[in-house]
Amino acid sequence: MESQETNVQTYSHDHAAESKHAEPIGYGTYILVWLALIALTALTAVVSGVNLAAFTVVVALVIALTKASLVVNIFMHIKFEDFIFKIFLSIAGFTLIVIFTLTFADVYFRR
Amino acid sequence: MADVAIPPNEAFANSYLKNHGKRKGILAWILSTDHKRIGILYMVSLFTFFTVGVILGVLMRLEMLVPGPAGKLFTAQEYNALFTLHGVIMIFLFVIPGIPATLGNFFLPIQIGAKDVAFPRLNLLSWYLYVTGSIIIIVSLFHNGLPDTGWTFYIPYSIRTGTDVTMAVFGVFILGFSSILTGLNFITTIHRLRAPGMGWFKMPLFVWALYATAWVQVIATPVLAITLLLIMVERIFSVGIFDPAKGGDPVLYQHLFWIYSHPAVYIMILPPMGVVSEIITTFSRRTVFGYKAIAISSLAIAFIGYLVWGHHMFVAGMSTTAQFVFSFLTFLVAVPSGIKVFNWVATMYKGSIDLKPPFLFVMAFIFLFCIGGLTGLLLGSVATDAQLHATYFVVGHFHYIIFGGGVFIFFGALHYWLPKMFGRMYSIKAANWALAIMFVGFNMLYFPMLVMGAEGMPRRYFAYLPKFETWQHISMVGSWVLVIGLIIMFANLLHGIFKGKVVGSNPWGGTTLEWTIASPPPPPENFEEIPVIVHEPYYHPEAIEVK
Repeated sequence: MESQETNVQTYSHDHAAESKHAEPIGYGTYILVWLALIALTALTAVVSGVNLAAFTVVVALVIALTKASLVVNIFMHIKFEDFIFKIFLSIAGFTLIVIFTLTFADVYFRR
Repeated sequence: MADVAIPPNEAFANSYLKNHGKRKGILAWILSTDHKRIGILYMVSLFTFFTVGVILGVLMRLEMLVPGPAGKLFTAQEYNALFTLHGVIMIFLFVIPGIPATLGNFFLPIQIGAKDVAFPRLNLLSWYLYVTGSIIIIVSLFHNGLPDTGWTFYIPYSIRTGTDVTMAVFGVFILGFSSILTGLNFITTIHRLRAPGMGWFKMPLFVWALYATAWVQVIATPVLAITLLLIMVERIFSVGIFDPAKGGDPVLYQHLFWIYSHPAVYIMILPPMGVVSEIITTFSRRTVFGYKAIAISSLAIAFIGYLVWGHHMFVAGMSTTAQFVFSFLTFLVAVPSGIKVFNWVATMYKGSIDLKPPFLFVMAFIFLFCIGGLTGLLLGSVATDAQLHATYFVVGHFHYIIFGGGVFIFFGALHYWLPKMFGRMYSIKAANWALAIMFVGFNMLYFPMLVMGAEGMPRRYFAYLPKFETWQHISMVGSWVLVIGLIIMFANLLHGIFKGKVVGSNPWGGTTLEWTIASPPPPPENFEEIPVIVHEPYYHPEAIEVK
């Protein structure tokens, strides 16, 4: 149970945890992730010229999801954060998936 | 619960209303990071816009004096501007910030035993964003002609009209950030700053409602931001995402708009539901019936509320399958709403009910909200919606929900917490009269709309067939009666704030934490010592167990 008295400890604990975990990532990883993001962006551009019919949106979304998970996990350090933050993100992600599904279901059945 | 022994003189001398820092006058308010002062700043801003919105609404009713089109007070284009302004101001500047930004800011930290919200500076920034967004919207209205799109900015008209839609939607875009920051602040505050002993199921139900609302604010508002940005992109660069002339999909715009704007209805109605739980338990002198069911139903409403946006678009050309799915999901949201209403009624059962103004506002709310909810079922069903879509019936329905439900409880909440915020009491008699007049005026104003809508009167038309004249006149007179009630209510509240009788810290016998500190509360940290929570929030030791 959280309390104001223990908040200070919690924050300092989080901060320590972050700095402890920040080290193993290193500049090399950041640069690799950056290159991967550029490569995936290039892939998006290339794929947009190919006729994938019904799979166009699926492929675009898979690439976008891969990019987003790289940014969220590595750049935003969510991989090393408390479980509660992962739940928070999952709720937002799940809502987004539901919204996408219902919207695209309408477009699909309209044909 | 007996009044806590804090002498009123001492409470006034050491209240948040007195300037304690080095700043004086208005600066001591607009630069304050005290959540209580920010709540008051929001309240002044919101009710200023509310007054403008009411005046526009009364003018719209006055337009219906004669069937027309000859002899009208305003031209068709001016009428378009009136309903657009009324909608934008009431929705984006008043009911969406509504209770969370005002009373939520003021009471959330106090109810959980915290000294402030988690990010006080961010809280002040959210007010500045609100003011900036509002100013941009107001300026856009008088720049390049009054807007005429309606508050929904529907494509393709909103990208073709010559009025300054780009600037108006940019203003709404900024307002969205204010909403997101408030939501973020509340989620963090509730997770991190609860007093020792206050587990999740010992939080007051108002806090639960604000928590569910905050999630909607954080997750849904970015969708609106993206949609509004796309309108700007369409207008400036003519990309063709939504414009059918360029291969775009206007129904996609409606999807994106309602993905935000339907959950926004729950931003408007969940906090009032939280207030209702607080008021009913206080004035029934009983612990709330089904605490966990009410708490979890708030989350359920917030979640299912995400899945029902399609019912705004049944006749817009969506697929039959989607119509079926969205209609089913819409009916599903009635379940958690019903859970709340039944639990409220069960709380009153065998309670020692005290018919004070806040409780009477709740009674009015339950009546009006039920009419709003039942008419909503007709709109959630595809077959009847095809008949009623875009008629006065829809206008009547959402005013019963948002005004009769949300705003009446906003007023009820003001009557409940005003003695705590200002340490003074308004006239109970005047408050009762104001409510009675408003209740009569409200039903005179909006019930005829349900009838006219069912008979085919379209919304947003500046003229009408002579057969509707009697109903239109009843509705118009109702708007005057409602305004008289509003004037009495605000005059009474303002008189109470400045000249009212001084009251102790717990005039209603409330059990949540705000009633344990002085009225008005001390600055800036609320509690001399952070309380330790032992009981559940609605502990009435004097109440007799009902078998």
